[in-house]
Amino acid sequence: MDMKVFDPVLKHALIAAIEQGLPLVARPYEAIALQIGYSEKEVIEGLQQLQQQGDIKRFGVVVRHRKLGYRANGMVVWDIADDQVQALGQCMGQFPFVTLCYRRPRQLPDWSYNLFTMVHGLNRAEVVQKTELLVRQCGLEEIKHEILFSSRCFKQRGACYQSKHPAGVEKSLSKQDLA
Amino acid sequence: MINALSDESPLVFSELEKHLLNDFQHDFPFAERPFAKIAAQLKTDEVTVISAFERLQQLGVISRVGPVFRPNRIGVSTLAAMAIPPNELERVAQIVTDYTEVNHNYQRDHRFNLWFVLTARDDAHLQQVLADIEKQCDYSVMSLPMQEDFFIDLGFDLKWT
Repeated sequence: MDMKVFDPVLKHALIAAIEQGLPLVARPYEAIALQIGYSEKEVIEGLQQLQQQGDIKRFGVVVRHRKLGYRANGMVVWDIADDQVQALGQCMGQFPFVTLCYRRPRQLPDWSYNLFTMVHGLNRAEVVQKTELLVRQCGLEEIKHEILFSSRCFKQRGACYQSKHPAGVEKSLSKQDLA
Repeated sequence: MINALSDESPLVFSELEKHLLNDFQHDFPFAERPFAKIAAQLKTDEVTVISAFERLQQLGVISRVGPVFRPNRIGVSTLAAMAIPPNELERVAQIVTDYTEVNHNYQRDHRFNLWFVLTARDDAHLQQVLADIEKQCDYSVMSLPMQEDFFIDLGFDLKWT
């Protein structure tokens, strides 16, 4: 396939077909190909291209932390001066237990935090401990932060940008996922 | 024996399953027969690998084998929060969860106690859904779209204790 041109129809069909994951069959890319009317080769090369372009950040097994025993999930939010947020965000983003690190807008007066990190742990104490490690390692002693623990997961699944699933079909994790 | 805690009882994973969970979070093979390739690496066979993935998916410990998209490259997304009185939370959470555009929805211990991620094809659609949620729930929604991503997603290193 010519790597310079990415057929937009293929791109959108591919994203819609792949966003909820591969079918667990011997030739999953062929199954996707049959579903969207392209060849297996076009599907494989299309995915490689999406990854090379950076649209796909990673491709592989997506685990549910909570189900694997990482029951505590703390969204740690920080109020960082605008001219420091990049350096400190980069510092925090490199730790393996930080699974998201985004700058977001403040919404004053309700919300003054502009950096969001997700920290997973086996329990809340571990999340607190890891947050303290971040504070020490990145020099955040003077920076106001809060840990927002999740007490319940109502829904967790892959993003749905293109597909049109009928509402209500999805499994809601609801009470079974109480932490 | 190695295990991880589930919500009710400990889940026990075989050596093969532990490898599947930890070693293929990125660089999953783009090959015609990816499971055969993984099987060769782990010195087992394709059918065994596929059945193991099936079990992991059934157990709910993996949400999928597939892509993690870079935020805002394919469509748009935002993190949204609502401050809901406790006695109303259940009702509002259910309304939010029922939107196909919502892919994560959590209760968090804070005045802003409901947090969810919305994704959509374009910003117009995203704004429409936000407005619709406000109307359906009768509470305002605070939208916090990502402005900069400092996170390099290398997957999550599972520690088997």
